[in-house]
Amino acid sequence: MTAGPTTDPRAAAAGTATPPKRRGTELALLGFAVLITLVAQAIVDLTVTGSLTTELATFGLWFTALWTVAHLVVRRWAPYADPLLLPAVALLIGLGLSFIHRLDLAARQAGSTVSREDAPVQLVWATLGLVLFVGVLLVLRDHRLLSRFAYTLALIGLVLLAIPAVLPASLSEVNGAKIWIRVAGFSIQPGEFAKICLTVFFAAYLVDKRDVLALASRRVMGLELPRGRDLGPVLVAWGLSILVLVFERDLGSSLLLFGIFVVMLYVATERASWLVIGLGLFAGGALIAYQLFGHVQQRVDSWLDPFEYYDGSGFQVAQALFGLGTGGLFGAGLGGGRPDQVPVAKSDFIAAAVGEELGLFGLVAVIIVYLVLVERGLRTSLIVRDAFGKLLAAGLSFAIAWQVFVVLGGVTGLLPLTGLTTPFLAYGGSSLVANFVLVAVLVRISDAARRPAAPTGPPKPALGDAPTEVVQT
Amino acid sequence: MTAEIVLQIFRFGFLLLLWLFIFAAFRVVRADLFGGRAGRVASVPPRAAAPGKKKARGGPKTLVVTAGPLTGTKITLGDQPILIGRADDSTLVLTDDFASSRHARLTNRGGQWYVEDLGSTNGTYLDQQRVQGPLLVGPGQPIRIGQTALELRS
Repeated sequence: MTAGPTTDPRAAAAGTATPPKRRGTELALLGFAVLITLVAQAIVDLTVTGSLTTELATFGLWFTALWTVAHLVVRRWAPYADPLLLPAVALLIGLGLSFIHRLDLAARQAGSTVSREDAPVQLVWATLGLVLFVGVLLVLRDHRLLSRFAYTLALIGLVLLAIPAVLPASLSEVNGAKIWIRVAGFSIQPGEFAKICLTVFFAAYLVDKRDVLALASRRVMGLELPRGRDLGPVLVAWGLSILVLVFERDLGSSLLLFGIFVVMLYVATERASWLVIGLGLFAGGALIAYQLFGHVQQRVDSWLDPFEYYDGSGFQVAQALFGLGTGGLFGAGLGGGRPDQVPVAKSDFIAAAVGEELGLFGLVAVIIVYLVLVERGLRTSLIVRDAFGKLLAAGLSFAIAWQVFVVLGGVTGLLPLTGLTTPFLAYGGSSLVANFVLVAVLVRISDAARRPAAPTGPPKPALGDAPTEVVQT
Repeated sequence: MTAEIVLQIFRFGFLLLLWLFIFAAFRVVRADLFGGRAGRVASVPPRAAAPGKKKARGGPKTLVVTAGPLTGTKITLGDQPILIGRADDSTLVLTDDFASSRHARLTNRGGQWYVEDLGSTNGTYLDQQRVQGPLLVGPGQPIRIGQTALELRS
């Protein structure tokens, strides 16, 4: 190369302008999120019971300690990580805890004797999630290591996904969806972990195969259609999601998995035709499932008109819609509504509780916090240098966005009900812990993305024109 | 009555608090996009009369980075094309969020240098004009890629 740089640009980059780490911003916003949570808890206590309890102090200390640890770990082991990921997560979990606490109080007031307090349990789950978060950051020092275990993770993901389908209904079925493992008083939703494992696998697989999937095509009606034999992977993913739909009776996991795969295929190949093919396949599959299975028909019927089935399958959605309507624009105020009127308001329908007590403005605020989280994830995907990291970050961020969309769609009557949980907000241990792991991976990738390029060695030889990015493994 | 007022304060105060958080988060997003460097990108002076505008025989000799994180970097021009982007195999490796992996290329054709955009996301600008096809670059004319500005010097 005759046009050799007289000064090494990498050295110059590291020497002259160190990009800001923005850990202080993160700390300030984390403090703000913790403050909002404590205020929410205090308002709930004051409104519902009329007095503050010592529990609030205990909770406050524990919750603050949780995020202090998270912040210190990120500061030490992922110093360039995105400053908004953690605060957004902290606020969502804090709001979730406040609403679970609020519903606990409602149950206590109703004189229910059997119901245990769920908020402390959720706090324990959050602590466990944080331990895993720290563990992932400590063990996974470079996200590219994950691509080496892609096929192992795929196997783990598939096994996790298959376990509830194989187990007898007594161990795996809750409210008609066979997506659980219930052992000794604990219930785990393995699908939440399968989601992450399979996303990692998809990313690694697509980095390998995307050239084939993107290049060979013919043009039909303005769309670049792939060759028939390249449809294999998308058909396998589709078959998998249909199997989940049939054997686990869960539209949610099915939609989530297939959606993640199709979108990652689209991101990897930049071919919109994959989206069209994916939508078509899923619509076809869903139609067949509708014809064949009674429980699917029931879900669809109660989605189309929840009030007609008010005494049966439509009751939950109808109550949620009443709640949202009561909330109106500004909500009934924390502790001022009756969100306990919706069945399982703590987990599946926590968004209805938020909508009732904080109103449209509150619910939109929560959605925007999700939006911030997803935006940071997608931005990480844009600026990270390696293709695997790009696809993984895009896939994980999309998983959050898609899950929020499907759940809120179900609660507001836009989509049929699914068994997915609102990430971070809803009561549910597996979901919370799994999503902590997801965020840990995102934090790790964003640290790599924002870290200035290390001034190491001479520039690598040009690799020609074939790849778009250089993947170092 | 006072209890009612307190409840209303809680009700709207909490919503206000939530939105303040979002406002703060958006400020961070904004700072991240423009990060105090906003002014610098916009205020790169268009060098109408650069030092070596005197029709140098043999054309320009160096490519100089005049703005952005790599300011001061010089690349000696030869016959080879110069690839600019974030990919590690570029001649000039940019660490700029707004640059694409393979962003732009400078090619020498008979002593004249042409700039070409390689399908970048955010575009390449010669003076104020977005580069579509190959464009002739005069000495001192700023080429802008994201937050980085480059120019040819004799």
